[in-house]
Order: sequence, then C-alpha cells, then structure tokens
Amino acid sequence: MSDPTKPTSLASMTLAEARDALRAKKISSKELTGAFVSAIQAARPLNAFITEAGEQALAMADASDRRIARGEAGALEGLPLAIKDLFCTKGVRTTAASRILGNFVPPYESTVTQNLWDAGAVMLGKTNLDEFAMGSSNETSFFGPVFNPWRASNSNANLVPGGSSGGSAAAVAADLCLAATGTDTGGSIRQPAAVTGRVGMKPTYGRCSRFGIVAFASSLDQAGPMTKTVKDAAIMLKTMAGVDRKDSTSVDLPVPDYEKLMEGSVKGLRVGIPREYRIDGAPAEIDALWSKGAEWLKAQGAEIVDVSLPHTKYALPTYYIVAPAEASSNLARYDGVRFGHRAEGPHDVVDLYERSRGEGFGAEVQRRVLIGTYVLSAGYYDAYYARAQKLRTLIARDFTEAFEKCDVLLTPATPGPAFAVGSKTADPVQMYLNDVFTVTVNLAGLPGISVPAGLTANGLPLGLQLIGKAFDEGTLLRAARAVEEAADFQHSPARWWSA
Amino acid sequence: MSASVKDKTIKGETGDWEIVIGMEVHAQVLSESKLFSGASTRFGADPNSQVSFIDAGFPGMLPVINEKCVEQAVRTGLGLKAQINLNSIFDRKNYFYPDLPQGYQISQYKNPIVGEGEVLIDLKDGETIRVGIERLHLEQDAGKSLHDQHPDNSYVDLNRSGIALMEIVTRPHMRSSEEAAAFLKKLRAIVRYLGTCDGNMDEGSMRADVNVSVCKVGGYEEFRRTGSFRTLGTRCEIKNVNSMRFIAQAVEYEARRQVELIEGGGTVVQETRLFDAKAGETRSMRSKEEAHDYRYFPDPDLLPLELDPAWVEEIRKSLPELPDEKKARLMKLGLSAYDASVLVGERETADYFEAMLAAGAEAKAAANWLNNEYFGRLNRTGLSITDGPVSPKANADIIAMVAEGLISGKIAKDVLDIEWNERTGNPRAAIVEARGMKQVTDTGAIDAAIEAVIAANPDKVEEVKAKPKLAAWFVGQVMRQTGGKANPAAVNAALKVRLNLPDEG
Repeated sequence: MSDPTKPTSLASMTLAEARDALRAKKISSKELTGAFVSAIQAARPLNAFITEAGEQALAMADASDRRIARGEAGALEGLPLAIKDLFCTKGVRTTAASRILGNFVPPYESTVTQNLWDAGAVMLGKTNLDEFAMGSSNETSFFGPVFNPWRASNSNANLVPGGSSGGSAAAVAADLCLAATGTDTGGSIRQPAAVTGRVGMKPTYGRCSRFGIVAFASSLDQAGPMTKTVKDAAIMLKTMAGVDRKDSTSVDLPVPDYEKLMEGSVKGLRVGIPREYRIDGAPAEIDALWSKGAEWLKAQGAEIVDVSLPHTKYALPTYYIVAPAEASSNLARYDGVRFGHRAEGPHDVVDLYERSRGEGFGAEVQRRVLIGTYVLSAGYYDAYYARAQKLRTLIARDFTEAFEKCDVLLTPATPGPAFAVGSKTADPVQMYLNDVFTVTVNLAGLPGISVPAGLTANGLPLGLQLIGKAFDEGTLLRAARAVEEAADFQHSPARWWSA
Repeated sequence: MSASVKDKTIKGETGDWEIVIGMEVHAQVLSESKLFSGASTRFGADPNSQVSFIDAGFPGMLPVINEKCVEQAVRTGLGLKAQINLNSIFDRKNYFYPDLPQGYQISQYKNPIVGEGEVLIDLKDGETIRVGIERLHLEQDAGKSLHDQHPDNSYVDLNRSGIALMEIVTRPHMRSSEEAAAFLKKLRAIVRYLGTCDGNMDEGSMRADVNVSVCKVGGYEEFRRTGSFRTLGTRCEIKNVNSMRFIAQAVEYEARRQVELIEGGGTVVQETRLFDAKAGETRSMRSKEEAHDYRYFPDPDLLPLELDPAWVEEIRKSLPELPDEKKARLMKLGLSAYDASVLVGERETADYFEAMLAAGAEAKAAANWLNNEYFGRLNRTGLSITDGPVSPKANADIIAMVAEGLISGKIAKDVLDIEWNERTGNPRAAIVEARGMKQVTDTGAIDAAIEAVIAANPDKVEEVKAKPKLAAWFVGQVMRQTGGKANPAAVNAALKVRLNLPDEG
C-alpha cells in the first residue's frame, strides 16, 4: 500500500512539494486531484464549498497530465486549487454567497483565475464566503456559515474560520486543496488565514487584476493567495499578478520571481513596530506573540525599529465609510432586471427593485448599502465621505513616513483567535473590530501578509502580519519567510469532520 | 445693448419682461465603439445586439476608457475655443432605472475635461453675439426603455447604453427663441465641421435641455454686469427638445407661461419640465424637491484622466477650418456677411462651395449662383447639397461660361436645368457646344435680327424715337428672334446705332 517514493498523504502536501512531485512524475495530477475531490466530499460538514466541481477538476487534471507527458507543463500544471466564489468562472455558477445572484453562471472568466488556468492549475470548486465579501466570520453567507477546522482543546464548539474568505481558509487548513484564492478588502484574506493557521497575502493594490471579481469596494479590493506556506504564496502570486488592460487600476510593472526573491536572509532588514497597534484590552497572548515575532527577526539579523502610524485610530471609521459607500454603488446593478434573483409578480418597477433587493440581499449587505447610501447623500457627503477620503490620505502618508525608517512593518494579524459561531453576530461593531490591524493596509493600498506564528493556550492558531512597501512583495515575502521559519508552525487541526 | 433688445421682450400686463436662456446639449461622440467598452455604436441595429457585458452591468465588469472618445471631446473643446483640463475625473451618478444597468452613470461632475469656451452666433439682423460655454464633460448614455411593445411589460434596449456623450453646458447668454435656435444650429455646425458628432437630431445624436427664466427689463444687464444671478428669475429646465423648431416653440411657450404665472401673483418654482411637441406646451416633470440625490463620487474603477499637453497640441494642429474662420476668409474673397454665413452654416455646403472655387469659379459669382439658382432647385426638390445632381465642377463651368461671355445668364439657367436632368458632368462640351447654345456675338446675325424686328414693327420704331426707354422692348424682341443666344450687350449696342438713340436714356 505505501509507496516510499510518494508522500504519505497527497492532500497534506504543500503546493511546492506537489509541483515538484508532478514535475518529477512521482505522482499524477489525476491522483492528486482525486485525493482532493474525496477530501472535499468528506469535509462537507465544514461547508467550505458552495459549488464543488469534482468532475471538471478531474477532466482538467487529465489534460494537465497529458501536457506534463508532452513536456508542456505550465508553472502551476496539474495543481488543484480552490477559488473563492467571488471570482467569476466561465460556465461555473458564481454566487458571491448571495441569494441575489441566483443561479448566475458567468459567460466569462476573471483575469486572475484565467491566469491560473493558463498556467495549468486545476479548479476543485468555489469556496464559501461572507455575502459579497462583507463580514469577518463567514456567517453572512446565504449558503450558511463555514466552520473552522480548528476547535479549542477540550471543546466541540464550532468556531468561525474568519472572513470574508472563510471557505478558502477552511479549505486550505483542512487540506481540501493545495492553495486557494481569496480577496481582501479590509482583511478578508489575512484575518481568516491567521485564525486557521495558514498563510494569507494581500498584494499591493493594482498588482492583481480585479476584472471578473464581483466588486465589493473597488478602491480596496485586491485578490491574493491563501496557502500553507510563504513559498506557496510566492508561487501563487507570480501567476496571479500582472497588468490587465481590462482593469484600468492594475499597474504595469514587471512581475518578478517571488519564489527567488523570498529566499535569503533578513540580515540588516529594518523591521518597524508601529506603537499604535498596541491596543487596550488586547489579549496578552497577542502582545506576547508580537514581541516574540520581533525577537525572531532580530535573532536573524534584522534591525527592530520603533515607528509611529499616528492616524491608525481613524482607520476603522474611515474604512466603514469608504467601503460601504463604494459597495452601495457597486451593488446597485443587482436589481432583478437582467440576471439573478427577481421578485415574483412585481406591480411596478419600484416594487421590482424593492422586493428583489430586499429578498436577495442579507442583513449585513443591506446594512452596508444603507450606510453607504447615507454617507454619499447630499448634505452628508462632506461630513463623511469627503472627510474619510482626507483621512485615507493621512493614513497612507503615515506609512510613507514610517517606511523612511524601515523596510517592513510587523504587527499582530488579528485581535484574537477564532471565536465561536454566533458569538459576535448580534453586535456589528464588535465584528468590525476584527479588522483593526488589517484595514489600514487596504486604505493605504499596501501589500500585507499574515503568517501562522503560534497557538493560544487552548490550542487555537494566531498569526502575525507583515506589511510591505508598495510593489515590494519580494521583501515582504522574505521577511514573512523568516518569521515562518522561526515560528516553525507545524500544527494541523484534528479531523473531527470526517469521523 | 442695441435696438434689438426691444424685440426680445415680452409684453406683460405689468410691463416688459426679458427672457434668459441657457442650454445643456447632449452630443453623441462620433466613435466606432462606446465610452468604456468595445461594443459598436452603429445606429439602427437590432435591439440589444450591440451590448457588451460592461454595458449590461454584469458582475465583475470594469470600464476601460476609449481614447478615441477622449480625443473627440478634446477636439470639440478646442473647437469651442475652450480651456482643456489636463486633469479630469470620472464620477458615478447613482440612480435606479431599468435602462441604466450599472445603477449609475459614469459622468464627470466636479472636474470636467473641458472648461470655459464660447460660441459666436450670427443673428438675422447682422448682430453677432457671444454665448459663453461653461463646460463640456464626457458621460455614458443610458439604454432605451420601450413602453409600447407589450400591454403589461416594458422592454429595454441597451444598444445605446454606454455610448459616449458630450454634455455641453452654456452660460445663460441667450435672450430669445431665435438666439437659442441659432446657438444650437451653430454648435451643430461646429461639431460637424470637427467630425466629433454627426449632429443628427432625428436619431437623437444631439439633444438639448433648455433652461428658461424671465426677468424684468434690465435684470439681465445687471446680471451681466455683476455676475450675480440675483436679478434673474427662477429657471425651469425643459428636457429633451429635439429640433430647432421645437426649441423656439418651447422657449416661447415657457417664457409666456412664466410671465403669466408671475403677473397672476404666482411664483416660478425650479423644476424640470417636458416639452410636448404635439400640444406645443411644456409640462411639469418633477420639482426640485423630487429631484434625485445622485450621490456623486469619483468612480474608483477609473484613474483620473490625465492628458499630455503635447497630445492636445497635436489635436489643435489637426483642427479643420471652423465656420467663423471660413466665413472671415470668404468675406475677404468679396462675399457679403450674409452670403458667407449661409455658405458656412453647413459643412457640406461650405465644402461644395470650396469645390467650386477649386474648379476655378470666382467667389462672388459662385455664391450668387448657388444662392439664386442652385439652392432654390435643391429646396424645391427636397434634396441636400450632397444628394444634388449637379457637381461643383459643372456649376463652376456654367458660371465660367457666363463670365467668358460664351452664354448669357438666361442660357446658363437652361444649361443648369439640362445638367440637373442629364448629369453630363461637363456642361461646356456636352450641352453648350453639342447643342449650339453658344451666345451669338456675330454682329451680322444680330443686325439681321434687328432688321427683321424693325420691318415687322414700324409703329414701334416711331414710338421709340419719342420714348427711348422702349429700346428695352426691342432688345427683348431681338433676343427672342435669336432664341436667346444673342449677347444682350451686343444687341443693345447695335440697336442704339441702328435706331439712332442717345447714349443714356
């Protein structure tokens, strides 16, 4: 049964290991993909996927195997991935975890996923998320919550996987895919990665095309990889990134070899510790982990620098004006007229709008559409939206000034570990506080990455966040790799779901 | 102001009122594809056959600016002698309507691509007035809702959705329906010269919203002096007036309505009104209170539009000669201001005239010939200058033959009629020479004709000696005798000698 040339479990391989094994023809994509298809079926209690695409995945794997045999393998040839259900996928239902999209099947492919398929990757399915990516716990999905594969020691309570990319995070953590795509508007990649013990990276705004990604807040949204290791994130980013003439906000800069840039020492690297990220009431474990992270980097020759980001305290209010404002406009197209959910028997067009949108959008989406509409209204625009834009400029300037003194910043990724399903749904403000360490990065358009760094006393993963200069993902990955090596996080959740 | 102010006033019961008019014109950009998508802009295609996923507002779709449309806007701005803003911003104008698939229109709100400019308009009395242009901005057109295709349902055609429009906003510098119509005509001529809009009002390529207010005589002068709107009345916006004639009607009706309202003790409320062409009246659409809150904000899908000054200069250099410059040039060639404005009013007419000049025609003669002969024939048959049967070269030949004395003015008209029907393209050889229509200057033939007329009318010969003015009758008779081919000057001279008439009489 056991073949010494093959890893004991195909599904627990990293992306890099699987890539190398495929290239060396030690395994086939068909075997690998088959292992994930089975794992996904067995893990249905996690509710990580909205749409499983097993058959299509096996067909893609077959095609990959043929290309490998012909020596035509792409950079991600035969590697099975999970795709957040916010990316439009041609011929495969795309829901944004909302009822309003109904059975929408896009006749087009997002640029990021197209890049992945062009490189030979295999799509396993579409992962669950907060509705329209609005949430920090994956509890706002029309398709039900995702459960975190992790549980606290001596507890059977279901925990949230974070959000909004909760399904992707759970899928990576539970070995249901080699890696997944996520999108990050205020922390939606980094926060779920942190609370599921995996790596999540939000690249610089403009690094990846937004074309074909269902828009939440256009000036903040950015696609990125969710992976088991920093190296896997580097491999994924290389293929996902690049300028796209279909997205005017994508940036025309060469995409470097991140895998290569990631290697090397952090000796002499200046790591900034922003003092404003030390918040009152944060668990001692978070603070302790943060200090430990700084020590790890220092031990490898990095220089630790104290820096200030004075406008940090305005980041959450700024974010919760800008993001809903853009969302209220971006979501206007879901009106029941051309696609998606349409109310039965409307008596006029206003009734059609009101009922289609009232039935189609969940409570959190409606809340944000209302907030966004309000802050853009005549008479309120200057007090809210215009001021938020000014603050956004100040927040971005904080980073520019800090980066005169350092090369990367080190912060906690989240204010705490995964919390219990249902424990914060009643209080939106408590929920929004989850993004306190991550939203600043989106507001400033910078790259950020969360790396698993330790466990709480009751066995739940915690992450550290590193923030880089714009388009300096290479340095960011190198620092992340140093944290990853020092943390040596080897934990995996117990497989309670496939009992 | 001149005496014409008097003509611009409305007589009310409490005194005279002045009309003040500003306009917002939507001009469809001439371009192959839409403002933010690659879908075609061709008019008259099957419903929903020219719609991209961007135009239909599908999830994940992003707008990408069409550089051609930007160039056309800049070209138009330069043609309006306007400031080109090297930095402009696209905003979202949010509202719900089934023919607006994105739920917002991408437009330019605070930072338009074109700023202050001007249009000069010539009025019938020879006066030229300057209408200030406040701004020009680019925006997307909406689709079209069709409410008459089904008893219960409405249909939406998105072919127009996303087509680029230039919204051109004037200052309130027009004072009568005549000026308003003249402005639109001139604007249309300018964009057609520039090739930035086809100006086709029937197909909706140019649509005007007209802002009308009235004030007591003197209020407008005060406004122009101070720049303050305080002395102007409250305006009403009349939507989608889509012909020159309707503009005049709508302004007249609306101004009178406002005067009657104020004099009857009421007040004008700022509102949007719709012109009903059938009834010839304006009707309230929505008041200021009901106006949409469009929640404008910069479109985060698009970067600020930055123009390279060198690129703008290139466009400036490529501008064609515009109506005002062309008019000035034609006047230098000896044309009257009136003739020149008639000829430059339409690009095709001007092109036709210029082609005649290129074929060797003398300017003044060509202008007279077109105004007196050719345009009349075109009007009577309902043909446009481009559809007319006679080429510029043929018309130039005809007047050249008159100038050479080869044919008389009367024969020239006959030649034109023949050319109109036969389209020979070469009236000199194909008509005049081939049919022997050359003017007779042979004195022998003229003398013979004179003798014949004298012989047949001895009583007239006696009469003419007493009344030298009767000589004209003899000229007519001789012309008839020669079938109109005789040179009238030669006939006149020969008659004077033969009848022994005084030189002037």
